[in-house]
Amino acid sequence: MNPTNYLYISALLFTIGAIGVVVRRNAIVVFMCIELMLNAANLSFVTFARINGNLDGQVVAFFTMVVAACEVVVGLAIIVTIYRSRRSASVDDASLLKR
Amino acid sequence: MPESVLFWIMGPLAVVAAVGMLLVKKAVHSALLLAWVMVTLAFFYIAQGALFLGIVQVVVYTGAVMMLFLFILMLVGVDAADSLTETIRGLRPIAITAAIGFGGLMVSLISRATLGREPVGLDAANAAGNVQGLAQLLFSTYVWPFEVVSALLITAALGAMVLAHRQREVARPSQRDLSEQRFRSGSLATAAGLPGPGVFARHNAVDVPALLPDGSAAPASISETLRTRGDMIDSSEFQLDQVNTEVREEK
Repeated sequence: MNPTNYLYISALLFTIGAIGVVVRRNAIVVFMCIELMLNAANLSFVTFARINGNLDGQVVAFFTMVVAACEVVVGLAIIVTIYRSRRSASVDDASLLKR
Repeated sequence: MPESVLFWIMGPLAVVAAVGMLLVKKAVHSALLLAWVMVTLAFFYIAQGALFLGIVQVVVYTGAVMMLFLFILMLVGVDAADSLTETIRGLRPIAITAAIGFGGLMVSLISRATLGREPVGLDAANAAGNVQGLAQLLFSTYVWPFEVVSALLITAALGAMVLAHRQREVARPSQRDLSEQRFRSGSLATAAGLPGPGVFARHNAVDVPALLPDGSAAPASISETLRTRGDMIDSSEFQLDQVNTEVREEK
């Protein structure tokens, strides 16, 4: 099977994740959409590793996973901190600078 | 071709689950759909010869990361209703138009790009085993990024601890303080505490409101979270039948 098909799936998942980041209001769902985008990028790394016949792409995907794990830890801690002070997990409510 | 069968079954399912992630109302359902997408990607990795990454995907993403997401959801947002109404006018059509543009650009780019050669495949690179090949690269060419990433992990863990730590500025209210607060709150109705849920002898569950002496339901006996989620069962069907008791009394 042509590995390019995986690239199409990857592009579609990335686009769907981008829509989610813009459209959804719950900070946790927005965060999950970012994870979806990172996963889509990982899929294309793995696919390119296969197309080019070396393992460098897989190593980069591995690093992406580590960085994504760090990002989740810090991001969720930020969400919890905002929730504690504002009692809301909606990204629209965190507009203190505007008022 | 087992791989194309796998692809044409799992690929559309992954895309459908990702679209569903945007459409479902509750954040928990979004998390479950995302977990499914991640499992699908693990299948794809293994099908493409990335055995180690497939296992890591399941362990790290669907195991650790999604568990963390669900944990925070339980902590923060289960009762926070996530409205799908748009707050910025015209945002949704613009976002969807931009996304169709971006997606179309990506897809047409991929379809028009020529790779210059046939896909090589990983048979040669994986000759000594996928894990061995990755380890060879990780500890030779990529050893410096590997060390930097370990520093990043430690920093992230420290950062999360600093962010989540809260210094208590006032002393924790004692049982005495809470009791005094209840009596001085104005009403004596809740001075003895709120009623427990469940309908005695007919039904016993936390989502069924207790019945007051006059037969009406007492919503205060249900947890606040269940009430805002709307997961409250009507307790009228568990009431004793009024007519039957009267008949028995006549006999």
